[in-house]
Amino acid sequence: MSLKDIQSTGNKDTRSGFGDGIVEVARKNENVVALTADLAGSMKLQQFMKEFPERFVQVGIAEANMIGIAAGMTIGGKIPYTTTFANFSTGRVYDQIRQSVAYSGKNVKICASHAGVTLGEDGATHQILEDIGLMKMLPGMTVIVPCDYAQTKAATMAIAEYEGPVYLRFGRPVWPIFTKESDFKIGKAQIFSEGTDVTIFACGHMVWNAIQAGIELEAKGISVEVINIHTIKPLDEEAVLASIKKTKCVVTAEEHNIIGGLGDAIAQVASRHFPVPIEYVGTKDTFGESGTPKELLKKYGLDVPDIVAAAEKAIQRKK
Amino acid sequence: MPELKAIASQIRRDIVRMVHGSSSGHPGGSLGCADFLTALYFQVMKHDPNFNMNATNEDVFFLSNGHISPVFYSVLARSGYFDVKELATFRKINSRLQGHPATHEHLPGVRIASGSLGQGLSAAIGAALTKKLNKENTTVFSLHGDGELDEGQIWEAAMFAPHHKVDNLIATIDWNGQQIDGPTDKVMSLGNIRQKFDAFGWTTLEMNGNDMDDVIATLDKAKSLTGQGKPIAIMMHTIMGKGVDFMENDHNWHGIAPNDEQLAKALAQLPETMGDY
Repeated sequence: MSLKDIQSTGNKDTRSGFGDGIVEVARKNENVVALTADLAGSMKLQQFMKEFPERFVQVGIAEANMIGIAAGMTIGGKIPYTTTFANFSTGRVYDQIRQSVAYSGKNVKICASHAGVTLGEDGATHQILEDIGLMKMLPGMTVIVPCDYAQTKAATMAIAEYEGPVYLRFGRPVWPIFTKESDFKIGKAQIFSEGTDVTIFACGHMVWNAIQAGIELEAKGISVEVINIHTIKPLDEEAVLASIKKTKCVVTAEEHNIIGGLGDAIAQVASRHFPVPIEYVGTKDTFGESGTPKELLKKYGLDVPDIVAAAEKAIQRKK
Repeated sequence: MPELKAIASQIRRDIVRMVHGSSSGHPGGSLGCADFLTALYFQVMKHDPNFNMNATNEDVFFLSNGHISPVFYSVLARSGYFDVKELATFRKINSRLQGHPATHEHLPGVRIASGSLGQGLSAAIGAALTKKLNKENTTVFSLHGDGELDEGQIWEAAMFAPHHKVDNLIATIDWNGQQIDGPTDKVMSLGNIRQKFDAFGWTTLEMNGNDMDDVIATLDKAKSLTGQGKPIAIMMHTIMGKGVDFMENDHNWHGIAPNDEQLAKALAQLPETMGDY
């Protein structure tokens, strides 16, 4: 399949994929319960609350308590989904997640919206760009960053059947839908195109931008492999290595600090098994700021031309 | 089986021997809470030493102030969760008896890690909610240090439980007035803890945690008050270091181990009733 053939079938926010997914999985699995810290509306939980009022827990603005309650609820077999913005899901409650969830091996699903700069106007207090790193450093934590509405819905449903703590990261903006729910499998990289000159590994909203960059590169005669690493941990090392052995250079693209995120994960695999030039598209050890998602992606170097330039540089470095 | 006071004496021997054996650990709070935990595990709670993480149809206990692990481990072993000989591995390499309780090494009887303070009341509430969803008629117990109440998460949880009518929960505060850096009044004033829990909407009780008869009577009373729409909090007055005269009421014994001479002096005050491990 050529990248040009990948069409958007509509536009929707990924958090709506979460809201729809949790209702669908709750209908099938009676152990699924949802908790929120005063953000049920933003997390698209209205339908869940309507259908399963007894399985919905309003915690108020008390995220630490929410994580602890979720950990306790697993004792007796519930599968708690905690819901709030990514910043309050991770940095604010790191020690609660570390001790009560990760170290204790609890089957808690930490579901986080409004990640990254595409949160927009609320600004840097709410735009966490460090959460993937925080979560992937915890032993036993699975980290999933789906790329669109359909994939977020699929991931929301898949994690109910997946034993162990999970961090599921998604976002606020309306974004193209270009995958099918059936494409998603935890831990399995999604290959959009096969190429020989450069591999672009991306996650979350940046997958769509990576595809657009790939189309531009193809028009310039460059053969591009675009791969969606929706599961950052455990990483599909086999798919990563197979690709870099073929293309021999890499671009990583993520809405996250280049320190600690997807790029670091890919670089560690490459440095251990098959060192190649890597260019990093992500925020450069900085906080975000207020603005529209589009303006912010441009200002912080996360736009399509940034990926194109990074790919050309990576290819140049091979020589 | 010896009577409860005799069991508590053996538990206290275990505590000082464990802490001496690893030259580290927290004897003060452990000794103070020995009567309470003995009462819970040997009389009050309906529980199964054939450990099942899900605790289906069992009462369940959460130790939030995880540093008093010696008393927890001793009570678990003495009530049949694992061999008492394993108490000798406390805080040593490759042991299931970590410095602070953990599920990670699969020690029977522990359902969540604690040690970083302030998290256990939330976990207890969560387990209580699940028991309600599962339509169980069982009770969740938890224990917290008074110094631990400095942590903000405790008050998030204290606000939650009455709002959501978590009335299958009995939380006990070990009110010994001491924390690591000194008396709680000097480190961070707690004021009247009972009035605070009253104001948050809990049913509150008060007891002498070192008087076995009062402990049993108060826990029985607390159980009779479950299922009435409110969580229950017990203010438990204890003496840190209770049972070993030179450790009593001295915050310096919060987290240090006795030397050989101090151990002998301590054991001389504590009758061996169930056989040392």
